[in-house]
Amino acid sequence: MAKPQDNPSVPPLIELVGASIASAQEPDVALVEGVDWRLMPGDFWAVGGLHWTGKSDWLTTVAGLQRTAAGTHHLFGREATSLTQTELVAERLRVGLVFENGGRLFTQMTVEENVSLPLRYHRNCPQGEARETVATVLELAGLREFAGQNAGQLNRGWRQRVALARALVLQPEVLLLDNPLAGLDPRQTRWWLDTLAALNAGHPAFVGRPLTLVATTDDLRPWQERARQFALLQGRRWLSLGGRAELAASAEPALHEFMTA
Amino acid sequence: METASAPPAKPALLQSVLALPLPQSYLNFVGHQIFRLLQTMQGVGAFALITLGVTLTKFNASWRVIHPLIRAQIDRAGVRLLPGIVLLGLALGLVIVGQTVSLLQKVGAEQYAGTVMVTVLIRELGPLATALVVLARVGTAIVIELGLSRAQGEVEALEALGIDPVHYLVMPRVIGLAAAIFSLTVYLILVAVVSGYLFVFLQDVPLLPGDYFNQIARALAWEDFALLGLKTATFGAIIATVTCYQGLAQRLRLEEVSDATTRAVAQSVAGCVLADALFILVYLFM
Repeated sequence: MAKPQDNPSVPPLIELVGASIASAQEPDVALVEGVDWRLMPGDFWAVGGLHWTGKSDWLTTVAGLQRTAAGTHHLFGREATSLTQTELVAERLRVGLVFENGGRLFTQMTVEENVSLPLRYHRNCPQGEARETVATVLELAGLREFAGQNAGQLNRGWRQRVALARALVLQPEVLLLDNPLAGLDPRQTRWWLDTLAALNAGHPAFVGRPLTLVATTDDLRPWQERARQFALLQGRRWLSLGGRAELAASAEPALHEFMTA
Repeated sequence: METASAPPAKPALLQSVLALPLPQSYLNFVGHQIFRLLQTMQGVGAFALITLGVTLTKFNASWRVIHPLIRAQIDRAGVRLLPGIVLLGLALGLVIVGQTVSLLQKVGAEQYAGTVMVTVLIRELGPLATALVVLARVGTAIVIELGLSRAQGEVEALEALGIDPVHYLVMPRVIGLAAAIFSLTVYLILVAVVSGYLFVFLQDVPLLPGDYFNQIARALAWEDFALLGLKTATFGAIIATVTCYQGLAQRLRLEEVSDATTRAVAQSVAGCVLADALFILVYLFM
């Protein structure tokens, strides 16, 4: 059976054409230029880049939180710059985003409150009604025992999981993860890779619907056997490397830094 | 024989100060300050309009999440400050109301007691004193908590979750502070009026409670009630808007939060005094 990414009649979920990615701090500075990229349903991208190469800004631009400095950005077939604020928010809700460094949780809230907030806000439902959905994603993230704990009391690894649960609670079609493996021990790293692979394959919590994934990383090695598409951000350039076979055979000099210790 | 002595060496700090380029003119300095003031006014004004727009269009949106936040702000800025406001009311009553009535009695102008009370306490001192207490206790905390939220990226997290930060963070504070300052002002005035009579009574001023309260009631017009509500709500809105603006409008580094708090206090006081001056004009035309 042909995969959606191989079928030219299936429209891309997100598309960047000739896009320049601006810095969030300095919108006049383009960190990456000339990005041509298509995200198809079911994709699992690992995007490598060293520090300060614009990985986070690229990801927030893809999510529609930042505008491209040049070029076009299509979110679910619609040009992002032509959308009204309400339309943009509606499209953005189809994309989950997990920030790096502990996921930017609301530290004064409990884990359960953090995870239920987007659900309660967008569906205007009381805490009790949201409880069942929240329990499902907390179970998925292995956080059930931490539900009543204050998010600020958890260590970074567990906070990152709360951020994953919070991003999944609205059942997005695309999940973007900003350097999710940074600073994790081997057990946590394995958990993340296994869980993301299961989500991409169709997790029971999502009734078997495959989730499209994009993760940025500063080390491509752990992703070699899990992700299916690879790219690099290097020297203000976007380098699409292709699939696992192309990655293994790639002679790209910039890749060497990411694949050797 | 006289020997040529070298001039004494200037201290290092003085030398570095003297090495600084002199301002081209004082006019430049004044112009720079005026420009900054106009920029701040433009920023706060735009932020206030956005907040007003969000309040009018989204007041009932996601009410199960937002309305408890409004109640929490009323509790924080109103209910929890009630003991302090009662104490302030007692002090104002004893110091200002009691002494004024006592003095008016001595000069035989006791018939003006109600007018003085309404002018000083209800129109001017009550709302302004309450606003300053709320600014000191809650306004400063708002700048710090929102500044830290912004510094830690929580505001971007809200945006990523499709939650409007103005709706979630600013609107509840504006409504909460407006309602809290109005309620606290009413309590402050009531306590001050009663404690004022207590002082009068203790000083053996021959003024019956009925006469005292009648004078105040006669001096009050219906406009006083309407303007008291409007004025206190305006003070609350000004304090909440300025403090939220200083906490949220730009991404602060942790070390910048204290400066932002100082700026917010100064701008809130200036805003409240300006609004007070506008209300004085309204009272003059009444």
